[in-house]
Amino acid sequence: MSTSKIASPNRRQFLKTTTLAGGGLFLSFDLFSKNSSSRMKVQSGEADLVHFNSYLSIDPDGTVTIFSPNPEVGQGIKTSFPMIIAEELDLDWKKIKVVQAPLDTKRFERQVAGGSRSTPHSWKRLREAGASARNLLLQAASAQWKVPMDQLSTSMGMIHHKATGKMEHYGAFAGAAAKLDLPKEIPLKDPSQFHTIGTWVKGVDNMEVFTGKTQYGLDIYKPGMKQAMIVRAPAFGLKLKSVNGEAAKSMPGIEEVVSFNNRVAIIGKSTWEIMKARKALNIEWQKDTDLESSEMHNKILSDMIGSGKMETRRAEGNIEQAFKDAVKTVESEFQCPFIPHNSMEPMNFYADVREDSAELVGPTQNPESARNAVARLLNLSQDKVNVVFTRMGGGFGRRLNSDFALEAAELSKLIKSPVKVTWSREDDMTGGIYRPACKYKFKAGLDANGNMIAFQLRAAGINSGNPSRENNFPVGAIDHVLVESSDYKSPITTGPWRAPITNFLAGAEQIFFDEVAEAAGKDPVALRLEWVAKAKAKPVGKVLYEPDRFKAVIDLVAEKSQWFKKKKGVYKGFSVYFAHSTYVAQVAEVVKVKGKPVVKKVYCAVDCGILVNQSGALNQIVGSVVDGMGAAMYGRLTFKEGSPNETNFDKYRMIRMGEIPDVEVHFVKNTIDPTGLGEPALPPVSGAIGNALYRATGIRYRDQPFIDYMNEGKAGAGQNM
Amino acid sequence: MPMYNLNINGKQHKAEVSDDTPLLWVLRDHLGLLGTKYACGIATCGACTVHLNGEAIRSCVLPVSSVGNAQVTTIEGLSANGEHPVQKAWDEVDVPQCGYCQAGQIMTAAAFLKKNPNPSDKEIVEAMNSNICRCGTYHRIKDAVKIAAKNMK
Repeated sequence: MSTSKIASPNRRQFLKTTTLAGGGLFLSFDLFSKNSSSRMKVQSGEADLVHFNSYLSIDPDGTVTIFSPNPEVGQGIKTSFPMIIAEELDLDWKKIKVVQAPLDTKRFERQVAGGSRSTPHSWKRLREAGASARNLLLQAASAQWKVPMDQLSTSMGMIHHKATGKMEHYGAFAGAAAKLDLPKEIPLKDPSQFHTIGTWVKGVDNMEVFTGKTQYGLDIYKPGMKQAMIVRAPAFGLKLKSVNGEAAKSMPGIEEVVSFNNRVAIIGKSTWEIMKARKALNIEWQKDTDLESSEMHNKILSDMIGSGKMETRRAEGNIEQAFKDAVKTVESEFQCPFIPHNSMEPMNFYADVREDSAELVGPTQNPESARNAVARLLNLSQDKVNVVFTRMGGGFGRRLNSDFALEAAELSKLIKSPVKVTWSREDDMTGGIYRPACKYKFKAGLDANGNMIAFQLRAAGINSGNPSRENNFPVGAIDHVLVESSDYKSPITTGPWRAPITNFLAGAEQIFFDEVAEAAGKDPVALRLEWVAKAKAKPVGKVLYEPDRFKAVIDLVAEKSQWFKKKKGVYKGFSVYFAHSTYVAQVAEVVKVKGKPVVKKVYCAVDCGILVNQSGALNQIVGSVVDGMGAAMYGRLTFKEGSPNETNFDKYRMIRMGEIPDVEVHFVKNTIDPTGLGEPALPPVSGAIGNALYRATGIRYRDQPFIDYMNEGKAGAGQNM
Repeated sequence: MPMYNLNINGKQHKAEVSDDTPLLWVLRDHLGLLGTKYACGIATCGACTVHLNGEAIRSCVLPVSSVGNAQVTTIEGLSANGEHPVQKAWDEVDVPQCGYCQAGQIMTAAAFLKKNPNPSDKEIVEAMNSNICRCGTYHRIKDAVKIAAKNMK
C-alpha cells in the first residue's frame, strides 16, 4: 500500500460531522478545501443540503451520497469522480447516490470543465477523501467492537471482523467516526486492488437523460421570468447606429425592445413570438472597423507565413547552417478555417439581477469565471452573485467564455426582471468566439542518411494567441530547430475550441512528417521511433514528453493495426501526438468504394495512465475521433464583409452516422496517475486520415476542410453505409 | 388567438397560441414538456423529434394548427419510467455524452423500429442519419438500436 501524507494540518480538518433532524448522521468531507478553517454550515433537514459544497454523507441506514463538484458537459465527470471516492472507501457502487454540488469557491478548487484537467487535478484529493473516511470508520468499529483495527476489513460498504463473524454497514459507525481525528498518514490502495476504478460504469444520470427529465440551461423556466432574444451585429466590425422597435413591439406577446452594449434585445412571453417579432425590428448598423472576408484572411495568413515578422518561440542549434548542410529539404503549407463550436444546445442563460444581488442559472464550463465577470459588471461583491450551473448540451470550449452570462445579467438589470436569453442556432453560429483560422509553413532539412537535422515551423493565426506549440515532439529529438509565430488582430472573436490550436496543428504536423518520411525513404512509424530513441538518448533542449510513453503507444497501434503488413485495397495513414498530458497514436484505414475513398477504420492506442471509467474513456476517445474527423472533413465558417456565410446546419455540414469509421481503441496498461481524455484523441485524427487519403488518392490533404479536395473531382467522397 | 386541444402522451392539453407556432414551442413554452429539445429550428438535426400518430416528425417546423386530432408522443410519454426497449438499450450501451440530442435520437429510433423490426445495418444508418450528435456517440447509438431491435422481438 502506498500512503498519502496529509501535509497541512488544516487539511486534516476537512472531515466534519453533524446530526440531522430525525437522527441521521452526516459525515461530511470537504474534498477540495483550500481554506479548511472555514467551517461547514451543516444544518438539519434536506433543504439545507444545497448549501454544501463537495461532501459525502453516510446515513444511519448505510446510504452514501457523494457530491460531485465539476460541471458536466458530457465528459462524464459526474460519474467518474464519485467512482474514485467509492474505490478508496470500498463502497458498493450500486448503492451510492450522486448529486451535483453547487459552485462554492471557498471549498472547491477548479470547478471547471476544460483543458482535460479535471481528473488529473482531483485524482489524489478524491482518493484521500475516500481513504480517510474508510480509516475513520475502521477506527470507530475497532473501538466499538473492542478488536484491533488491523483485524478488520471493508467491502461493499460493510465492515467485517473475521474472527467473530461480526459484520455491520458503515452507517452504524458514521456518527462515532466523525468525532475522531484523522491519522497523519492515510493509506491509499495499490491499483492492483481496485474494484471500481477501471471498470465499465454507466452514466449516473442516464435514465433522466433518456426520459427527458434532465434539466439543461434552456429548460430553465421560473415564475415571473421573461423570455428574450438578443440581436447582435450582423457582421464583425459593425456597431449599432439606431433601432426602431415599434413594429416589433406591436406584435403579439412582445413586451419590450431595448438596446445595450451594441445589442438589441427583444423581450416577450414566448420564444416563437419573439422569433417572429425580431424580424420586424428596424435596426441600422454602422461601420466601426474593417469588414473582413475570407479572401482577405487567406492573403493575410499567406503574407504572414511568407515574409511577415514573427516572434521566436523556440530555437536550437544553427538552423541556417543546417539547411545549408541538408542534402534535401521538404517544405509544405497547411491552412484551417474558422469553425464554430456548434454544441447541440445553443448558448443561453437566465439572470435575475436585483439591487444588491444577482442569481444566474445556466450552462457554463466555468461557473467561477462567470460569477466573477458578472460581479465586476454589476459592481457587486462576488458573494452577492450566485451562479447555478446546469448540465450542458455540449461545450467544446465555447462555454468557457462568459459572454452569454454577462448579456443576460446586463439585460436583467436593464429591464428590472428575471429573464432567460435564448440564442437561436443562427445566433449561436454567427455570434462569434470561433476556433481561429491558422496557417502553417513547415520546412525540414534531411542529411544524406535521411535524418531530419533541421526543422522549422512558421505559424500564423487570426486572433489565435500563439498558434504554435513549440515544445511538441519531435522537438527535443532534432538538433536544429526554429519555431516562430505571429498573430493577426481581427474584429472576429475567437476562443478555445476542443484541443485549442492542436485541433488543426497536430494533423498538419502529422501530414508533414509523412511527407518527410516519404522524402527520406523511411517508413512513417519507423521514423517516429527513430526520433523517440533520439529524444531519450540525446535530448536536445528541454523535452516535455516522456519518450518511453511515446514509444509504447506507437508500438501498440502498429501491432494492433498490423501496420507493417500490407492489406490489398487498404490504404493506411499513421499519426501520433502528445497533448493534454495524454499520448495517442492512430492508424486510419481508407478503402475505395466505387472509386471513391472511404475512411473505414481508425485504430487508437492511448496512454492516459490509470483508466478511471472504461465506458466514459471509450466514449470520449471514439467521440473525439468522430468530432475530429467531422471538423477535418467538413468544418468551415467563411466570411463576407464581416458576416459569416454559414448560419445553420443546412449550410454548415456536420458529420453524421453514415460517415463514421469503425474505431478500435487499445489502452497502454500502467499505474501512472490518470490524465485527461476530453481532448487528446482529437488532434491526431485528421493526420492519420489525411495520410491514409494520400495513399489512396495521391493527394496531400493539407488544407481543411478535406471535402474540398473531394469536390474538386480529384476524388469523391464516399459514405460508410 | 385560437385555442388548441392537443392529444399529447395520452392526455388532452389546451394551448392558446397563434396557428403558426411550431409544436416544439407549444410543448416547451406552453405545456412545460421540456424533454423535446430545440437545436436548429429548421428540421436539419432531429433534436426536436416527436411522434405524430407513431411517425417520427420534426416538431420545430410543424405548425400547431396542422396537428389536429393526431396523437402526439414526446420522450416523456414514450414509456412510464424509461422501460421502452429503446431507452433500456440506450442505458445498456451507455450511449450519451452531453445527452442533449438523445431524446430526439431515441424517438427517431423507436418510430423506426416499430416500422422495421428487423433492420439491416444499412437501414439503421439510413434512419439515424437524420439526427446529429455533436459529441459523436453514433457508434453507440447504432449498437443500441441493434440491441433494442433484438429485445423487441
